[in-house]
Amino acid sequence: MAQQTPVTPGADAAAPPAARDPRLIVTATSPRGLLAAGVRRLRGGELGPLPVIVGLVVICVVFQALHDRFLSPQNLSNLTVQVTAVGLMTTGVIMVLLLGEIDLSIGSVAGASAAVLAALTVHQGVPEWLGIIAAIATGTVIGVLHGTVFAKVGVPAFVVTLAGLLGWQGVQIYVLGSEGTVNVSGDGAIAALTTTYFLPSFGWGIGAVVVAVYAVASLFGERRRSAAGLPAKPAVEIAVRTLLLAVPVFGGIAILNQHQGVPLSFLIFVGFVVVFDLMLRKTRYGRMVFAVGGSAEAARRAGINVDLVRISVFALSSTLAAIGGVMMVSRSFSANLDTAGGDELMLAIAAAVIGGTSLFGGRGNAYSALLGGLVLGAITSGLLLLSMDSSIRYMITAAVLLVAVILDAVSRRSRKTHARG
Amino acid sequence: MSTPVLELSGISKRFGAVQALDQVDLRVAPGEVVALLGDNGAGKSTLVKVIAGVNPADGGDITWEGRPVSITRPNDAQKLGIATIYQDLALCDNLDIVANLFLGAEHTAFGTLDEVEMERRAQELLDSLSVSIPSLRVPVASLSGGQRQIIAIARSLLGDPKIVLLDEPTAALGVAQTAQVLDLIERLRDKGLGVILISHNMADVRAVADRAVVLRLGRNAGDFRVEDTSYEEIVAAITGAADNPVARRSGRVSAATTEEA
Repeated sequence: MAQQTPVTPGADAAAPPAARDPRLIVTATSPRGLLAAGVRRLRGGELGPLPVIVGLVVICVVFQALHDRFLSPQNLSNLTVQVTAVGLMTTGVIMVLLLGEIDLSIGSVAGASAAVLAALTVHQGVPEWLGIIAAIATGTVIGVLHGTVFAKVGVPAFVVTLAGLLGWQGVQIYVLGSEGTVNVSGDGAIAALTTTYFLPSFGWGIGAVVVAVYAVASLFGERRRSAAGLPAKPAVEIAVRTLLLAVPVFGGIAILNQHQGVPLSFLIFVGFVVVFDLMLRKTRYGRMVFAVGGSAEAARRAGINVDLVRISVFALSSTLAAIGGVMMVSRSFSANLDTAGGDELMLAIAAAVIGGTSLFGGRGNAYSALLGGLVLGAITSGLLLLSMDSSIRYMITAAVLLVAVILDAVSRRSRKTHARG
Repeated sequence: MSTPVLELSGISKRFGAVQALDQVDLRVAPGEVVALLGDNGAGKSTLVKVIAGVNPADGGDITWEGRPVSITRPNDAQKLGIATIYQDLALCDNLDIVANLFLGAEHTAFGTLDEVEMERRAQELLDSLSVSIPSLRVPVASLSGGQRQIIAIARSLLGDPKIVLLDEPTAALGVAQTAQVLDLIERLRDKGLGVILISHNMADVRAVADRAVVLRLGRNAGDFRVEDTSYEEIVAAITGAADNPVARRSGRVSAATTEEA
């Protein structure tokens, strides 16, 4: 066993050292010890969300230097509403990326669902809330179809969703009809999705609840761990982590409250991200998704219904794309041929990768959607402020994506040499 | 010897024109390590697949703890208490040890994964096997080959099997790691489990096996108590020493010399 690389336990190692394996590097409970453990993890290629957070800060500093209104509450508030639609698409496509597959159809599915929503509510007189449900259900059905062809027939996901990319765009054009644009009412349920802002007190309340739930749940969880004789995180680390969560949450709420308050649409987006994160990390279903992404054969032998996992993941991806499509209709008060027909697909997938979800499957998290979406949204918003052409935006977005993929590949190699999967 | 847990008699299996198994018998008692030996193509894997329910037998009887049973699906074998660990382990590299141990059989509380309970049980299980692994929360990819093998074996024990089938567990392992796996096999035996060990490595077989069952061309070619049998006898049974060019030649030569004399 002498040749074995010492395994860095990170922060899991605070139990009495006497009972531990001597090869385990024991992390001191002092803030300094935690810092040392963090540095060790970074060296080992476990970058976590650090590169994207650093990137986001750099982008903000640069744009603020170039334009003094970039960090103004109004611009940041608009930014949060702008990132919602593509962000929801990203949240869905992350599930597919975790399987090591790809979904190229999300843009077209968003466009087709948007067209269904507009046509139903405007041409057929369906109530707007019912139209929203129908549009989302359209996405689910499409996803089940993609997933079934992929899982049961065995056509590569790339090809299935490439057909979807073309086909559902056709449906979008067909449904929209000869005019090509259907305008929805500016004061109905659809428009309310992106024009509703919460009162400052409500924003503070939500933030307080989120931080409190996190702190209590962490404390309770670590108590249970130490009661069961397992290594638990020290209270200091929980305090530090809670603080690291509280600063951006309350800071963000404070800024948004200076404009119109926390937007409903951004809350929906963050809500989906949190729910997907909990689903991926805390439920059997999430465990199955990671297992199929890591090794489909191992998952099958462990009794996991691999086909069902695959179909459900594609269903989720298309459902979230449809919700993204609804948000696009809400923001522009219309569904037209351009809805989600441009760079939305590429931005959604790029955001996932920039946020830290691997294209190779089995590794990633739902928060990539939020972080990656904010990075791309900040670039778009900053370049718009500077009245730069979209040609520049494409080139800069491409460069950011390339950096993210290079980081993914390099940290993957580093994890290999540090034997961390 | 106590009553066998698993007894196969007269097992036959055909693949088209090939008689892969022909009237094969095998018997495993609790707390006994049986090595299944044979050259490539002797029918070892086919026999394992029959026991594991992957490829049911065409004919023959299977008796489990004294009563006749039929094993037609992998599920049947698992329900009886037969755990099979294939050569390619089937672990998810991206998941940690606890997640791999409980994959497909996770403990939940209030609809969410009960990580504390799973980690505690994983620790207990590995402690009971005297396996020491620094942290149960590292991805399986970071483990050595021997540790991975041990995790795969440990996982099969969660279902409380009575028989563990190991397909070449030491094939790709170094000296120290092989010793770890052999230690583990001995511990399984001491817990009263029956172990069927497929191996090409005669040293491993001599180290841990109580009996060696040899297959040759789909038939039983010997059943030896390992401690009373020499290495050469077992090899002779595997290769069919009476039926090879060397033996034929020596037979001819000795016959010729007798005639001349």
